[in-house]
Amino acid sequence: MAGYLLRRLVQSALILLGVSFITYFLLFILPADPVRQIAGRAATAETVANIREQLGLDQPFLVQYSRYLAGLFQGDLGRSYLQRTEVSTLIGARLPATLQLMAAGIATELVLGLSMGVAAALTRGKALDNSLMITSFVTVSAPQFVVSLLLLYVFAVKLGWFPIGGYGTFAHIVLPALTLGLLGSGWYSRMMRSSMVEVLRTDYIRTARAKGLTRARVILRHALPNAVLPVIAMIGIDIGIFMGGIVVVESVFGWPGIGQLAWQAIQRVDIPIIMGVTLVSAAAIVIGNLLADLIAPFIDPRIKLR
Amino acid sequence: MTSTRQTSTADTAAVANSSATVLAVDGLCVSVRSESGLATLVSDLSFTLARGETLAIAGESGSGKSITSLAIMGLLPPPAVRVTGGVIRLGDTALTGLPEGQMRSIRGDRIAMIFQEPMTSLNPVLTVGSQLCEAIRAHEPVSRSAAQARALEALRQVRLSQPEQRMGQFPHELSGGMRQRVMIAMALVLRPEVLIADEPTTALDVTVQREVLDLLRDLQRELGTAIILITHDMGVVAEMAERVIIMRQGRMVETGNVRDIFARPSHAYTRALLDAVPRMGAGASRPSAAHSERKVPVARLDDVSVRYDVRAGLMGRVSHRVHAVERVSFDIRPGETFALVGESGCGKSTIAKAMVGLVPHEGMIDIVGHRVTGGRQAGAFRRAVQLVFQDPMAALDARMRVGDLVAEPLVIHGIGNATEQRKRAEELMILVGLSPDQLNRYPHEFSGGQRQRICIARALALQPQLVIADEAVSALDVSVQAQVLALLRDLQKNFGIAILFISHDMAVVENISDRVAVMFLGQIVEMGTREQVFGDPLHPYTRRLIQAVPLPDPDLKRAPIPRLTGEVASPIHRVGFGPERRQLVDTGDGHLVAMGDR
Repeated sequence: MAGYLLRRLVQSALILLGVSFITYFLLFILPADPVRQIAGRAATAETVANIREQLGLDQPFLVQYSRYLAGLFQGDLGRSYLQRTEVSTLIGARLPATLQLMAAGIATELVLGLSMGVAAALTRGKALDNSLMITSFVTVSAPQFVVSLLLLYVFAVKLGWFPIGGYGTFAHIVLPALTLGLLGSGWYSRMMRSSMVEVLRTDYIRTARAKGLTRARVILRHALPNAVLPVIAMIGIDIGIFMGGIVVVESVFGWPGIGQLAWQAIQRVDIPIIMGVTLVSAAAIVIGNLLADLIAPFIDPRIKLR
Repeated sequence: MTSTRQTSTADTAAVANSSATVLAVDGLCVSVRSESGLATLVSDLSFTLARGETLAIAGESGSGKSITSLAIMGLLPPPAVRVTGGVIRLGDTALTGLPEGQMRSIRGDRIAMIFQEPMTSLNPVLTVGSQLCEAIRAHEPVSRSAAQARALEALRQVRLSQPEQRMGQFPHELSGGMRQRVMIAMALVLRPEVLIADEPTTALDVTVQREVLDLLRDLQRELGTAIILITHDMGVVAEMAERVIIMRQGRMVETGNVRDIFARPSHAYTRALLDAVPRMGAGASRPSAAHSERKVPVARLDDVSVRYDVRAGLMGRVSHRVHAVERVSFDIRPGETFALVGESGCGKSTIAKAMVGLVPHEGMIDIVGHRVTGGRQAGAFRRAVQLVFQDPMAALDARMRVGDLVAEPLVIHGIGNATEQRKRAEELMILVGLSPDQLNRYPHEFSGGQRQRICIARALALQPQLVIADEAVSALDVSVQAQVLALLRDLQKNFGIAILFISHDMAVVENISDRVAVMFLGQIVEMGTREQVFGDPLHPYTRRLIQAVPLPDPDLKRAPIPRLTGEVASPIHRVGFGPERRQLVDTGDGHLVAMGDR
């Protein structure tokens, strides 16, 4: 177990290293020039050259990257070009808000998705199943900016049940979490449905019924733990998709998280912030996957981590 | 028991004495709704079951025997399959039409069931103990600890070793035989009046089957449970049941006392079914293929071992090795059938894989003068050896037409043009007893036996010198099995093909083989001609295997075989250690047997 954990952590570090290299390289070959953003349009060629030299952006790619990496190994994510603040401070201030939104969003999509999936599997081929699957199809296909604006218009503007944007109370989190959760719930309900349908056909479910167990017990105790296994493995992978949604949702709802930070940084080519947010997101995905793998043996005793 | 009866009159007594009847099925019809309307699965089936008796329902696949058992349990797959007529009565309760809530309280309590597949019939994520306890607590208001005590008692009753430990174990930690014992414990823990056993031993090794059948019989005697035994195996019928119902295509063909039916089958189908059963001793009348020891062997194996590494620890070091095949030597001569026989996990299929280079091996394998190495083999060699597998449906690509499947080896090896390949495919179809105009059909349009014929046709396309048949008839119904075996024998006679026949079924091996090697835990423990091995088995394991085969003869009652005690031997050893090597010695005329074990 300790060996497994150690190996996975080394693997994770290598993945993050790869992510940092690729992202840095992509930002390097980007035609947008961060110096122009800092200096402003009126700046002279001399000023521009000065700033470029100060930031070390006149150096070749490998020199720039190794400097960044050296800082990274000391826990230094660099300074924002425009805000003149440590990136770690900026991210640290906004991370709790994003984590709250993530937790709320994932909880929403799991509760919605799993219950819809189970309900559809149990009513397979009937009206409820069909309408749930059409619903999931719609939520999967609808772009998040459309869903978020629609929810805003109906529940915030027209009905006034929730605030239009911002951060602070429970009411603030409902609409952004629902936007994130709806998309995911479509995915999870489809996956849960097919997994559940498969499990309901197995011999051990027949055995459970032959024992004379109640329907509720057959489903909750025998079918559900087996059906939820492949879904758990998906949660780890899903966090990646989730991070993409968070950038959109945070911008629409004015949620002061790292998604919003990233959005602003991309517009201004603030490379250190983009790098920092990318690495934090990558770390979240890696940790999410690791957690999913660590949870699996508690549900399925056949899985041994080695 | 309320009344004492004589076994020979159990049939009439059960009908006359209604108080002894626990279950009555009257005019049962089961249908499935399909696109083309209702299709009948079981029609007009009637029988009664008396307290403490064993009634066998025997038939081949599609006979409706399993559907009948599910109908009694009220577990027919809804909504397509339904009881469309007749009444099933348990005591005074009509089960047909009973609301699900009441049916549920009967299931597991008054009627219990065990299934064919012990490997998949237990929930993998729950412990054995919790699955047993919930069966008890679903029907009786007892405390958790009381349920546990009863569960433990039930495990003891099915003679499971270390029952306390088993309670906390998960199904995957138990062997197939142990899991089936757990299933039996679960079914009998509430002392049901009726136990339905649906092919309870079909998936088990023959020696384990023996033990499970003995156990079922002992428990029945102890508890007075009436058993409905669903089986395709006439040997099991003869050993276990007092009465039998022979079913075919959803109808009862014949019913009566087992002894009478086996002695004087009145219906043609029953006769055919009994004739098709491979019998031990039936092969003795057939002479072995002429000894051709002077000819060059088709295949020669010398000191062949196959080992798999088991890795563990931080650095993934090799800590243990699975000794799947350990220093095996034999040769196969042209035109003979060489049988490898043994129970699951003995390494017989691994040898087949090693022989075609699918797994790396140590030692020497020489086939038609070609030294087999790991990895890709030369084209000429691959033409000389062909394989036929157990499950023909899985071995045929469902999206290819049969013509393309049979001709594929020719296409791969670039033999002939399209017209010639087609012509060859037609010849091959005739050769295996199918019609050339079936070449445009897809595999799912054929029956199991026909599919296996297609696999054989495909294997013959390249005119191989050696065909490896790995459990090639094990998945087939007995009547079909007999036909496919006859086909193999014919083809061998006409074309002089050597066959490596891998099987777990002693009776089949005794019928088809010329020479036999018995394998146990990766090693050959006895080898010789069929007459030598079956006529004069010298190794205790061979004897155990032969004794364990259920014989289709109700008059023959053998003593139960001694139960194995202690730990089951395992082919997994620490690095640097290996299994004790068995030295084969010649006891005369080439009959080899492992020394020291005798």
